[in-house]
Amino acid sequence: MAYISEKRELTPEIKQLVLSAPEIAQKVKPGQFVIVRCGEKGERIPLTVVEQDEEKGTLSIILQDVGNSTKKLGNLEKGEEITDIAGPLGNPSEVTNFGTVVCIGGGVGTAMVYPVAKALKSAGNRLVSIIGAKNSQLLILEEQMRKTSDRLLVTTDDGSYGMHGFVTDALEKLMADGLNIDRVVAVGPVAMMSAVCRITEKQDIQTIVSLNPIMVDGTGMCGACRVTVAGETKFACIDGPEFDGHQVDFEELLRRQRMYLQEEKIALEKENSDN
Amino acid sequence: MIKDSGIPAAREPMSKQNAKLRAKNFDEVALGYSAHQATKEASRCLQCKKPPCISGCPVNVDIPGFIKLITEGDFERAFYKVRETNSLPAICGRVCPQESQCEKLCVLGKREEPVAIGRLERFVADYVLKKGTIKVDKAAESNGQRVAVVGSGPAGLTAAWDLAKRGYKVTIFEGLHKPGGVLVYGIPEFRLPKAIVQQEIDSISRLGIQIKTNMVIGKVNTVDELLQSGFDAVFIGSGAGLPRFMHIPGENLNGVYSANEYLTRTNLMRAYLFPEYDTPIKSGLRVAVIGGGNVAMDSARTALRLGAEKVFNIYRRSRTEMPARAEEIENAQEENVEFIFLSTPVRIIGDEEGWVKAIECVQMELGKPDKSGRRRPLPLLRSEYTIEVDTVIVAIGTDVNPIIPSTTPDLNRNQRGYIIASEATGQTSKQGVFAGGDIVTGSATVISAMGAGRKAALAIHKYLFDQRRKRR
Ligand SMILES: Cc1cc2nc3c(=O)[nH]c(=O)nc-3n(C[C@H](O)[C@H](O)[C@H](O)COP(=O)(O)OP(=O)(O)OC[C@H]3O[C@@H](n4cnc5c(N)ncnc54)[C@H](O)[C@@H]3O)c2cc1C
Ligand SMILES: Cc1cc2nc3c(=O)[nH]c(=O)nc-3n(C[C@H](O)[C@H](O)[C@H](O)COP(=O)(O)OP(=O)(O)OC[C@H]3O[C@@H](n4cnc5c(N)ncnc54)[C@H](O)[C@@H]3O)c2cc1C
Ligand code: SF4
Ligand code: SF4
Ligand code: FES
Repeated sequence: MAYISEKRELTPEIKQLVLSAPEIAQKVKPGQFVIVRCGEKGERIPLTVVEQDEEKGTLSIILQDVGNSTKKLGNLEKGEEITDIAGPLGNPSEVTNFGTVVCIGGGVGTAMVYPVAKALKSAGNRLVSIIGAKNSQLLILEEQMRKTSDRLLVTTDDGSYGMHGFVTDALEKLMADGLNIDRVVAVGPVAMMSAVCRITEKQDIQTIVSLNPIMVDGTGMCGACRVTVAGETKFACIDGPEFDGHQVDFEELLRRQRMYLQEEKIALEKENSDN
Repeated sequence: MIKDSGIPAAREPMSKQNAKLRAKNFDEVALGYSAHQATKEASRCLQCKKPPCISGCPVNVDIPGFIKLITEGDFERAFYKVRETNSLPAICGRVCPQESQCEKLCVLGKREEPVAIGRLERFVADYVLKKGTIKVDKAAESNGQRVAVVGSGPAGLTAAWDLAKRGYKVTIFEGLHKPGGVLVYGIPEFRLPKAIVQQEIDSISRLGIQIKTNMVIGKVNTVDELLQSGFDAVFIGSGAGLPRFMHIPGENLNGVYSANEYLTRTNLMRAYLFPEYDTPIKSGLRVAVIGGGNVAMDSARTALRLGAEKVFNIYRRSRTEMPARAEEIENAQEENVEFIFLSTPVRIIGDEEGWVKAIECVQMELGKPDKSGRRRPLPLLRSEYTIEVDTVIVAIGTDVNPIIPSTTPDLNRNQRGYIIASEATGQTSKQGVFAGGDIVTGSATVISAMGAGRKAALAIHKYLFDQRRKRR
């Protein structure tokens, strides 16, 4: 059990929760996630750990309200309890001095790339970051990313803030300007990660993506999270969640993420009518 | 009648839910004995002077002893007799493969039907659980030493129980949010009600055992960190829980599940009660289950209960080689699971949107016996055929989960990755670390995991007792 020690609304749809979970806070490394369950009838959902405070024994998660479980979790208030939290799960991100790294976060993916960006910066990399959202209202962690990065590019799909366009447009611009990139780390919607990989593939820039398939246990027991990487089946929770983006079968991932669309609608309708 | 003895040759039958009805609900299938039936069945036991049945039981339950108490009508004492060596009688009475263990060696079995030991064990356990009079076991006075148990399946629970009784302070670390291992996430409600598992776990944890859930050892703490943080010994009972796939085309299509996922969603997460419970499952109308063990039977029968109209069980050998318990194969047959023997899938075919639409199989013939003694299946040329299905469940076994092995480098493992541990003591290559159950043997049985937990508990006790003596 963990209780919520702080709650912030970053946008109407995106919330940050600070949880007391001392054992996990001691151990978690950038790139790792926790599995959270809300209520005795709740499902298990994975969420990336954004920040942790070892002394206070807290960690923070940022979640986007996309359906039943994220909504329930987002509706909890400061002081309330989260039924279950397990972690840290997955492998930590590979952090060394690669040279110049571009970290890309799309939507709530910015929350997931932020801890990795911070670690890469401390490891001595030159860090150029790109974050994007649909519009200025939905942009998160801009200040934090700016502080962490040597240079930050911001894009919005509708041009309401920053550069008008997608994060991939910003990436292409960097490349056109002749930036010498040693590694790209991209986290966000599948379509975005896939588009980034198509661009970096051309110049053979090593690109790491963090995959977000549907999970159940998060410990390798069920195989729900299987993804195809370099033609082989991998379990994202124990082999990942980060993989070489150029080897990932994104189409399959996108398809598998949609497996429960019907049920998700039913669950959401039920949750709404219960309230 | 057995000649001149007055003993009925056939065992007392146990009533079951009607097959048509039960295939649509999750209530328990086998209904258990009444007191009258139990007494009658108990009276078939010959009370052998040297009872062979006991040596067939991995935890050596005093079988004639508890059966005698049943004939005397003292069901409670019969229960405590079983509990002397078996911490989970209501569970074992239901899921032990008795026909290949205790009952296999019963002398009556030579000519007639063996005594229904498992059913009697279930009867006494249910009797006491229902009455709610279960006594807390007595623990020895605390000896100040602490033992960590990793995993709360039958191996871990048994080791913890035995150690707590000897005065050790035991903490169980379980990765999932509920204790019980396969008993809660794998074996379905209709075979092993979860309320019973919970009652048995409650009754043993009253010995002062602390169960910490949501603790994935190797991630939150390593085995070494447990030893450094004040545990004097560690028992690893983490099971064999990494689902194996067939590595054929189409295996990642939507609608293909591992049995572990299918059963976990249903049992642990209660997806059969969706949307009351949040976890969804695709029930499927035409379901193919691949494999021939208990796990395959459980998956096939679960699919029926989730609403499937047709369930095919595809197995590459023949009925005789099926590793599942005879009783469960029979139950599946009664419930109208269609068995397709001597066949193996070669490809799963999807529709334009990536959902399963059919499965292509090839027929097999049986060749010479392999290492396991079973005849090896070989594909027949040009014998491919397809079956239309919308769901495929792969139940072909499990491998070792890498989390503990990869974070405990000095733990020796065999070629298949299982932890090497002494069969007699559970001692591993690492000092103070013991292991048992499926993580050592590969997928086996509840009672063999419990047997391993017991032996390891005794060995841990000896090891720590020596330590205490040396310190003095
Ligand atoms: C390793 C990992 C890290 C993640 N980190 C974050 C994070 O930091 N912040 C964040 O907002 N989201 C994160 N996600 C995604 C998050 O888990 C899903 O948004 C959430 O599970 C959706 O549940 P729901 O009931 O609210 O929505 P639903 O309506 O059930 O589903 C919406 C979509 O979310 C996905 N989803 C549904 N159930 C699961 C599940 N059990 N596991 C994974 N995905 C699921 C599906 O693709 C689905 O189409 C992460 C996912 C993974 C795998
Ligand atoms: C569907 C199914 C049906 C079966 N039917 C029967 C039957 O009818 N009769 C029979 O005798 N046997 C049956 N079996 C086999 C039997 O259940 C197993 O042999 C037995 O449960 C093994 O016990 P165990 O304690 O070794 O492991 P498990 O029961 O697998 O328990 C291991 C526990 O350890 C936890 N764990 C794993 N890794 C970690 C970690 N790193 N940190 C913390 N915790 C961890 C797991 O979450 C789990 O709770 C069946 C198995 C399945 C899957
Ligand atoms: S525990 Fe299992 S093997 Fe032992 S006597 Fe009971 S039913 Fe038989
Ligand atoms: S072998 Fe059979 S008859 Fe003899 S004591 Fe055991 S159960 Fe009774
Ligand atoms: S989530 Fe179950 S194996 Fe990865």
